[in-house]
Amino acid sequence: MPHDHPHHHDHPHDHGHDHGHGHEGSELSPMDLRVRALESLLVEKGYVQPAALDALIETYETKIGPRNGAQVVAKAWSDPGFLAWLRRDASAAIHSLGHTGRQGEHMVAVENTPEEHNMVVCTLCSCYPWPVLGLPPTWYKSPAYRSRAVIDPRGVLADFGVTLPEGTRIRVWDSTAETRYLVIPMRPAGTEGWSEARLAGLVSRDSMIGTALARRPEEVAA
Amino acid sequence: MNGAQDLGGMMGFGPVVPEPEGELFHAGWERRALAVTLAAGALGKWNIDTSRHARETLPPADYLSSSYYEIWIKGLEKLLVQGGLVSLEEIRAGRALAPGLPVRPLAAEQVAPVLARGTQYDRPAQAPARFAVGDAVRTRNVHPATHTRLPRYARGKAGVVDRVHGVFVFPDSHAHGQGEAPQWLYTIRFRADELWGEGADPALTVSIDAWESYLVGL
Repeated sequence: MPHDHPHHHDHPHDHGHDHGHGHEGSELSPMDLRVRALESLLVEKGYVQPAALDALIETYETKIGPRNGAQVVAKAWSDPGFLAWLRRDASAAIHSLGHTGRQGEHMVAVENTPEEHNMVVCTLCSCYPWPVLGLPPTWYKSPAYRSRAVIDPRGVLADFGVTLPEGTRIRVWDSTAETRYLVIPMRPAGTEGWSEARLAGLVSRDSMIGTALARRPEEVAA
Repeated sequence: MNGAQDLGGMMGFGPVVPEPEGELFHAGWERRALAVTLAAGALGKWNIDTSRHARETLPPADYLSSSYYEIWIKGLEKLLVQGGLVSLEEIRAGRALAPGLPVRPLAAEQVAPVLARGTQYDRPAQAPARFAVGDAVRTRNVHPATHTRLPRYARGKAGVVDRVHGVFVFPDSHAHGQGEAPQWLYTIRFRADELWGEGADPALTVSIDAWESYLVGL
């Protein structure tokens, strides 16, 4: 089992049931026991079906993830008609590629330029465009990111090892409604003539949240 | 409400720790927590705003010392009890003490279509939008004890209408069983010095999505 991230699993005082998740060993953690008990109660009451739970997990582990968004970005880089559609009606353009549904009903695409860099956060909870990016990473939901993105986004970028060129403005989008934002990173130089599939390999999840830039061709394995 | 969920501008949580793209869960129970939360939500006994309110009403010390899936599970337990689906005694016992209510549980074959359909939150306009792109507005300085999507750091602040999204379900009402009460929704853009005062990054702007009743014209 991977270790917990100390930045938000830190327990300054004892909360009883909050202790122990992520511990190695055969003993079940209190959260493991708590969720197992809740699941079995809900199954017994007839409210949830285990096969549906498995299907939900499988969907977000194998089907719906950031490769969907990378396809959107690569198409925007390659196809001016699609980019224009994305600017005019991002929901329709993204849905046309089959990326529809829960937490992506109302999409807005925001484009990075040499003058302005976009970053997306949800300070109030964890709003995130699931159909194009999948489930949010832990850091996106962490108090560290949610607190700091709106007041010190350059500091957040530094945590990701990103320094923007001097003079680049930053625009932060706090997702306080049901509109979901997808950052279109800048297309790296030296990618002229690349196929959409090859371009998509340059588009990381974090670059579509705005905490990274698209990878340069020399950064990906040949 | 001014709860622990309203984090924008707080300090002291340390650095943001990046993680690899494929790393979605950090323990097996987190998978089940996600799935149980989604499947129980599909019963239709509460809406997205009710569930956000259930999470934000966790005591601040509990909220801030819980991982996100812990917050989800604690919120879910609250929703299940409030909705009369289970009792606290049943949660403590981990088994049913009375028969379940008649509901239609989400079946495995419904998962893909239900997720693909999602939930639409836009509604037909009943009145013209009060504001247009470029208008100067100020957010109201309000501190409701109930659910709101107007973060504290952006209350009583002057900004400019950047986008007009259409008419959307109003969470402040929807979270409390008071109907959808749809309103025009706007993106309002603020200069960093308006939000953060002296020493703010001069090259930073921040926007929120704000319902019409959060705003007054300038």
